[in-house]
Amino acid sequence: MSRLDESSLYQLTSTRFRLFLREPEAIFWVFIFPILLAVGLGIAFRNRPADVLPVGATTSQLTQALAADKGLNATTMDEEVGTHALAIGTIDLLAIQRQDGVVYKYDNTNPDARAARLLAERAIQTAAGRRDAIDSQTELVQETGARYIDFVVPGLLGMNLMGSAIWGMGFAIVEARQKKLLKRMVASPMPRWQYMASFILSRLLMLVIEVVVFVGFARLAFGVPIRGSLIDLGVICLITSLAFSSLGLLIASRAKTMEAASGLMNLVMLPMWILSGVFFSATRFPAAIQPLVRALPLTAAIDALRSNMLQGIGLSHLLMPVTILLAWLVVPFAVTMKIFRWR
Amino acid sequence: MRKTFGNVVAVDRLDLEVMRGECFGLLGPNGAGKTTTIEICEGLTDPDRGSVTLLGLSWKTEAKELRHRIGIQLQETQFPDKLTVEETLRLFRSFFHRGIAVDETIRIAQLEEKRTARVGGLSGGQKQRLAMACALVGDPELLFLDEPTTGLDPQARRHLWDLVDDLKRAGRTIILTTHYMDEAERLCDRVGIMDHGRIIALGTPAQLIASVGGDHIVEFAVMRSDAARSDAGRTNSIRGDLDAAPLKEIPGVQSHRVDAGLHQLSVTDLHTTVPRIFSALAAMGLHLSEFRTHSASLEDVFVGLTGRNLRDE
Repeated sequence: MSRLDESSLYQLTSTRFRLFLREPEAIFWVFIFPILLAVGLGIAFRNRPADVLPVGATTSQLTQALAADKGLNATTMDEEVGTHALAIGTIDLLAIQRQDGVVYKYDNTNPDARAARLLAERAIQTAAGRRDAIDSQTELVQETGARYIDFVVPGLLGMNLMGSAIWGMGFAIVEARQKKLLKRMVASPMPRWQYMASFILSRLLMLVIEVVVFVGFARLAFGVPIRGSLIDLGVICLITSLAFSSLGLLIASRAKTMEAASGLMNLVMLPMWILSGVFFSATRFPAAIQPLVRALPLTAAIDALRSNMLQGIGLSHLLMPVTILLAWLVVPFAVTMKIFRWR
Repeated sequence: MRKTFGNVVAVDRLDLEVMRGECFGLLGPNGAGKTTTIEICEGLTDPDRGSVTLLGLSWKTEAKELRHRIGIQLQETQFPDKLTVEETLRLFRSFFHRGIAVDETIRIAQLEEKRTARVGGLSGGQKQRLAMACALVGDPELLFLDEPTTGLDPQARRHLWDLVDDLKRAGRTIILTTHYMDEAERLCDRVGIMDHGRIIALGTPAQLIASVGGDHIVEFAVMRSDAARSDAGRTNSIRGDLDAAPLKEIPGVQSHRVDAGLHQLSVTDLHTTVPRIFSALAAMGLHLSEFRTHSASLEDVFVGLTGRNLRDE
């Protein structure tokens, strides 16, 4: 046996890593799932030429006027049919000819319908002879970094770092406790800190693979930008992963069964999936709960990741999210050390 | 020492000494406090009162050194299914400063053919031998085995007993718990019988069995002759009472007790005593409905002391 082979820390860490690699489901959730999700969202939110909006009109003159705008696809229908079409969403807007003018019927909470209202108004007024007061021209730009995929990739990365750390820690430890393996371990001369350290070391090893594969894929397939320094990005991923590992340890520190552990993990992660701005900006939540939203580790992680990748902001300007993450690293870890149950 | 969980007294005023090189067995029904006792000895549970000294060392001050010098096999440890036998042993070997090479432990536990097999695919007996091998990797002077053969089929049990024999021969001190009396008789130099958290008898298996008072146990059930006549043809399960005094006077009969209508006599000279029992019963006008004898065992010691059977629990 070589020296390395005799080191218990090396053996514990390689055991962790082996057990992970021999679990096909774990590989899927950690490596494949985030890529599938990114592909799915990339396809769903790909940049298309501006949509042609379907609209209805009650007279053929109106239809003609509307059809003059390339952004609108107009159909003639009577008011009753049109109202039904609005209700089921086959048209965004219905233009109704009244004696004293035109009435637009639409849902103003729908952005497409609001756009249709502006286009329809312009088309009808132009057809009636209105002239533009000022001459205007448009110039189109396609900027990477402002697309939905650019927004969602850092979110998915943060979510993945959270999931793999919490699941990776939680399940493995609670399973070992349930199978009395933890008790067997502490009955041997194994230093207890090495057991914890082996989890963190194997996590870091997986973290490298996980981040490189996912970010590399996003970069190559969608051209998602990485404007900040790669070292900063690495540091953010590292702190994020450690913070969630620490939280995972805390969750696993007393649970005796896998069922209890899964319940706890979902309880911890579910609010963050919704509140922390993975799929849409966390600023949408009311001001009253913003302090809470901001204090969540996933919000801080995604904030830092987006700032780095999309805006190229350096670590020195990300003190707030980094401090929040460090707090989430230190506090749960300290509590875990106090309450961890080895048997 | 003493240990309570809530208001349940698991171990009560237990005082025990095990010699170096000895194989000592704690025998008792489930719930007697065997596992609690052994886990206190292993330093996994703190006693409420009392202390444990192993190899001249105490858990309070020299726990680290002790961990290196003892080997432990716990009840119901499940090693990771997806590791191989060799990987599992290599992991445990790495915890000890000194010990036996992994190859050697695989050979001792006779797991050569399963070296690269995953733990999940092992039989119950092989898993138990792996647990034993994990307890051996540190070349321990003292070995704790908690119910090493519970749940194994007879062949796997014998296989494991041979393994324990080898370990005894190698001069290791072994402390084991079991609720199988045959296992205790077969393996242990000395046995402590436990019940309700206390040791109720202590000695070599031979001494304990001798304490029953006879080498053999005669068990029988009787019914009245008249009842047998009137119910001819039907197996009568109503076990009759009898006056035990004449039986006790038979030379060779040491004691008498009744358990669920079944009379038990401990007897010294089977060949001369049994005919006398027959004639005594006939003289009382009783018919035998059941009759059997067996050599006295630790089971009979336990029954004699507690009035209950080991396996009833």
